Amino acid sequence: MKPFTYERAKSPTEAAAVAARTQGAKFIAGGTNLLDLMKLQIETPTHLIDVNGLALDKIEHTPEGGLRIGALVRNTDLAADQRVRRDYGLLARALLAGASGQLRNRATTAGNLLQRTRCPYFYDSNMPCNKRQPGSGCAAIGGFSRQHAVMGVSDACIATHPSDMAVALRTLDAVVETVRPDGSARSIPIAEFYRLPGDTPHLETVVERGELITAVTLPRPLGGIHIYRKVRDRASYAFALVSIGAVVQRDGTGRVALGGVAHKPWRVEAAEAAMPRGAKAVAQGLLAGAKTTHENAFKLPLVERTLAAVLAEAKG
Amino acid sequence: MPNPGDLTLSRRHLLIGATSAAVTTAPTLAKAQAPVANAQAATVGAPSISKVSFLVNGKPRDLQLDTRTTLLDALREHLHLPGTKKGCDHGQCGACTVIVGGRRINSCLTLAVMHEGDKITTIEGLGTPENQHPMQSAFVKHDGYQCGYCTPGQVCSAVAVLDEIKAGIPSHVSADLLAPPQVTAVELRERMSGNICRCGAYSNIVDAITEVSGRKA
Repeated sequence: MKPFTYERAKSPTEAAAVAARTQGAKFIAGGTNLLDLMKLQIETPTHLIDVNGLALDKIEHTPEGGLRIGALVRNTDLAADQRVRRDYGLLARALLAGASGQLRNRATTAGNLLQRTRCPYFYDSNMPCNKRQPGSGCAAIGGFSRQHAVMGVSDACIATHPSDMAVALRTLDAVVETVRPDGSARSIPIAEFYRLPGDTPHLETVVERGELITAVTLPRPLGGIHIYRKVRDRASYAFALVSIGAVVQRDGTGRVALGGVAHKPWRVEAAEAAMPRGAKAVAQGLLAGAKTTHENAFKLPLVERTLAAVLAEAKG
Repeated sequence: MPNPGDLTLSRRHLLIGATSAAVTTAPTLAKAQAPVANAQAATVGAPSISKVSFLVNGKPRDLQLDTRTTLLDALREHLHLPGTKKGCDHGQCGACTVIVGGRRINSCLTLAVMHEGDKITTIEGLGTPENQHPMQSAFVKHDGYQCGYCTPGQVCSAVAVLDEIKAGIPSHVSADLLAPPQVTAVELRERMSGNICRCGAYSNIVDAITEVSGRKA
């Protein structure tokens, strides 16, 4: 790890201001991804602002009938919250499908959203990676790409976003709340939170320098049947090859988002109209414009089949 | 570095020597690969020292540490509690599992300075050879290990798992999110998936935890 100075944040606004004016500053909360990357010198902050003391760890009702989840709510606590389990089962299921018990005890809501890709070439500093070192090239294209993205890819990057939680939040139309260095707050719909790689895969979200996530808000419960189905190489503690977050109503209508296929949770609202017609019709809309490699082309039929399983489960 | 001719050299010191030798090759490599990103750090450069106080196994401890020190290294190298093991050092194997504020975490993926005022329990705090924690006795009885390297992490994790089930925290394999989770083999396997055992003592570990939970193995 490179040396860094350390401070404990006193308020969200002050933390944002310090982060904006301090070269090389980063926030640290759970640290489970950031420290992993710092040990490999993929992240090299020179100043860490510890936000754990900011009391952003409550889950509260909103006046609109939804939930406001503090940025520092640990993944375990979010998954265990009775309101989440009852009204947003998809979110609890997605959280529980991710990482290990130890990591979920430490990882936070905001940190989960901001975690970096697990592309092996991003992690291997001997290899080119446009995300790690802009302009150096992409070793995944033409390399081992079984885990990689099939939707929204670019010539610069085919990495996937690894979060399960984010797939559930995308399905549920969550909103990310932040505070900016000037003290102003903003609300970012999750649909607009992540960027596609394009020519700038190192820019992963629309979060600006110094901007601090303070909460994630869920709209009123949708009802329906909540399912999170994750397909992976081992039964526990592995990232998704493909995952599906779905809310299905009695009449067969609903919503669906995909994990493991793109640089962000992948949802195509227009494709959801086909849900009563079955998996094939929905998958066609979701996967239009797919760009696969010879190693990850299996993800297209896997999405369709997993979706068929999800819709069958919803029917009961 | 200890004298290579010193025959009293312990396994632990030999490993430490080997690690520091391996590390000396790393900076050249890093410099060659990421000159832009590291330029700032190189000018800022010097290690930063910070104070932290916490309770370890009931004892207050005050430390002055390089901010880079993980909780794992603070426990092992500064407080000389080597029961907690360093396996992968990246949160993948669970050998470093300790209990902080009643919760199991990977001590390798957290900085010691982030734990001001925290209550930390390591394997040394759970029990001793003369006065074992029931989970330690059950691991011995059921042969829940072979080489033993992952065992302190397994035991800390197992103790916390039973508390998590008691607290009603659901898991990936809980069929009903709203029903209290039960101590079943399937639940234990899922909940213990963050602890890797290369010797493959998994089924015996499940038996040991099941016994401590009061259910029939």
